[in-house]
Amino acid sequence: MTGYVVRRLALMVPVAFLVSVAVFMIIHLTPGDPALIILGEDRTAESIVRIHHELGLDQPLWVQYWIWINHILRGDFGRSITTHQPVLGSILERLPATLELGLVALGWALLVAIPLGTIAALRRGGIADLLATGLAVAGVSIPNFFIGVVLIFVLSVSLHGAFPFGGYVPFAKDPYENLRHIILPAIALGTAGAAINMRFTRSSMIEVLEQDYIRTARAKGASWLRVVFVHALKNALIPVVTIVGIQIGGIIEGAVITETVFTWPGVGRLAVESIFDRDYTVVQGIVLLAAFSYMAANLLVDIAYSWLDPRITYS
Amino acid sequence: MSGRAGAQVDDALSVRRFSFFRLLRENPRVAVSAGLIGLLFLLAILAPVISPHDPIAQNPDNSYLPPGAGHLLGTDELGRDLLSRIIWGARVSLPVALVAVGVGLSIGGLIGVVAGYRGKLTDLLLMRVIDALLAFPGIILAIAIVAALGPGLTHAMIAIGIVSVPVYARLVRGQVLQLKNQEFITAVRAMGATPLRIIVRHIVPNLLNPVIVQVSLSAGFAILAEATLSFLGLGAQVPTPDWGQMINNGVRFLNNDPYLSLVPGVVISLTVFAFNLFGDSLRDALDPRLRNL
Repeated sequence: MTGYVVRRLALMVPVAFLVSVAVFMIIHLTPGDPALIILGEDRTAESIVRIHHELGLDQPLWVQYWIWINHILRGDFGRSITTHQPVLGSILERLPATLELGLVALGWALLVAIPLGTIAALRRGGIADLLATGLAVAGVSIPNFFIGVVLIFVLSVSLHGAFPFGGYVPFAKDPYENLRHIILPAIALGTAGAAINMRFTRSSMIEVLEQDYIRTARAKGASWLRVVFVHALKNALIPVVTIVGIQIGGIIEGAVITETVFTWPGVGRLAVESIFDRDYTVVQGIVLLAAFSYMAANLLVDIAYSWLDPRITYS
Repeated sequence: MSGRAGAQVDDALSVRRFSFFRLLRENPRVAVSAGLIGLLFLLAILAPVISPHDPIAQNPDNSYLPPGAGHLLGTDELGRDLLSRIIWGARVSLPVALVAVGVGLSIGGLIGVVAGYRGKLTDLLLMRVIDALLAFPGIILAIAIVAALGPGLTHAMIAIGIVSVPVYARLVRGQVLQLKNQEFITAVRAMGATPLRIIVRHIVPNLLNPVIVQVSLSAGFAILAEATLSFLGLGAQVPTPDWGQMINNGVRFLNNDPYLSLVPGVVISLTVFAFNLFGDSLRDALDPRLRNL
């Protein structure tokens, strides 16, 4: 197990290096001179040269990368071009709202997926199965921003503001208002995840229900409910755990769109605002953070999977 | 290998001919989804003929008309006919899907074939690059690329294509790794076939099934991703009739004219649903072992 973790970590090093190069290069592909964005109209030839020197843009590309990655490794993501605030500080300030939304969305996804997936597996080939499978394909086919729009229309506009269609109230300030504000964006964000988790629960449950130990449990007189919930579901959820892990790593991805629709003040909205402000240091910071959290989640999922199922080894 | 002997071996070892029409006849889900996709392509091709109005012509006197006789789906705030914009929108979304899938398949497929066939250091290096691409959540990578290149439909197509590259690279590499050690490949190699001939004549035809399934699923993703980028203002630009952009535009009028957002949303969802259903049912039809998934 330790050997597996060490090898998995070692494999991550070159990938992390390539990811950092990719993020660095993406921003350097950007047309336009950052100095011109920073200086705006008040620019002179001298001030442009000064900004280039301050940003290290007069250095060769590999030197620029080396300086940049050294700063990143020390937790210095640079300063925002528009607000001049430290990038990491701005991201961390918005992160709690994104995590809160992401975790509630994940809760919703599991609340829907596990019962529906289990029922579909138990009634395989029946109407419930057909319905659940159809819902699963629909869930991954409807854009989450459109689910957001439909929810706003049905539960906010048509019900005359039963749920607010935007904004954020911190939990510490008013738990009830916090809940009212989070419900719609969480459903919008979590529905695609619910569809994916449901398919995994269903297929995994079908596989588990055909195992010998389930037949043995039934033969020994265990009730059907006990067999399903105590013996089968526990094992059927192992693949679901791995998918959920990856979904946690991908919270920022979904948040970009949902937070924009619901004006939720999280990292995703910050990313979109920064793109339109051409604030590339912030975009760079968020993309890097999103990629590394995704990589970390994948690593943890692999480790958790090999721990849950010791037959899986690195080869 | 002499030309004739090579041709005989090729014929003997080539895959069973794929009959698309038999597949449609035997699998109603494949037929229904293929029909839907066909209809969408027809809509896109015939847009200039069947569209009742000019999709970008503004007519302020006709703004906010509800669905009715002159305008079947109503008009937007600039008096543009919604049905015409929906029909012309297919001309944006479907080519985006085709180009993005083309970019992903050609680059990813080539990387997969080379990495899988050559193996060793080539495989190791190419797969680390693919792992790095896979480390980015798809939409975040697409947004980052579009942010760097600048908003616009062409850049959105390239970005979505690049996001699809690792999916094809991994899929094709896995298939090539399996196939290259099979006896029939060893046989043609022993008869002196060149690597290019082995790949083109014997490996590629045998990995087409999973690739066709992936093409359909990727097309669904591409349409979804393009709509997302356009919804955020990073894809198609005004006045191009684009479904994602139409939803974004209509959000402001949800109170009185909800159809402006709801209709394009339903159309996008149906389109992506058709591609996903086609990919799923095709996979079931081509590999019955996966029917439980």
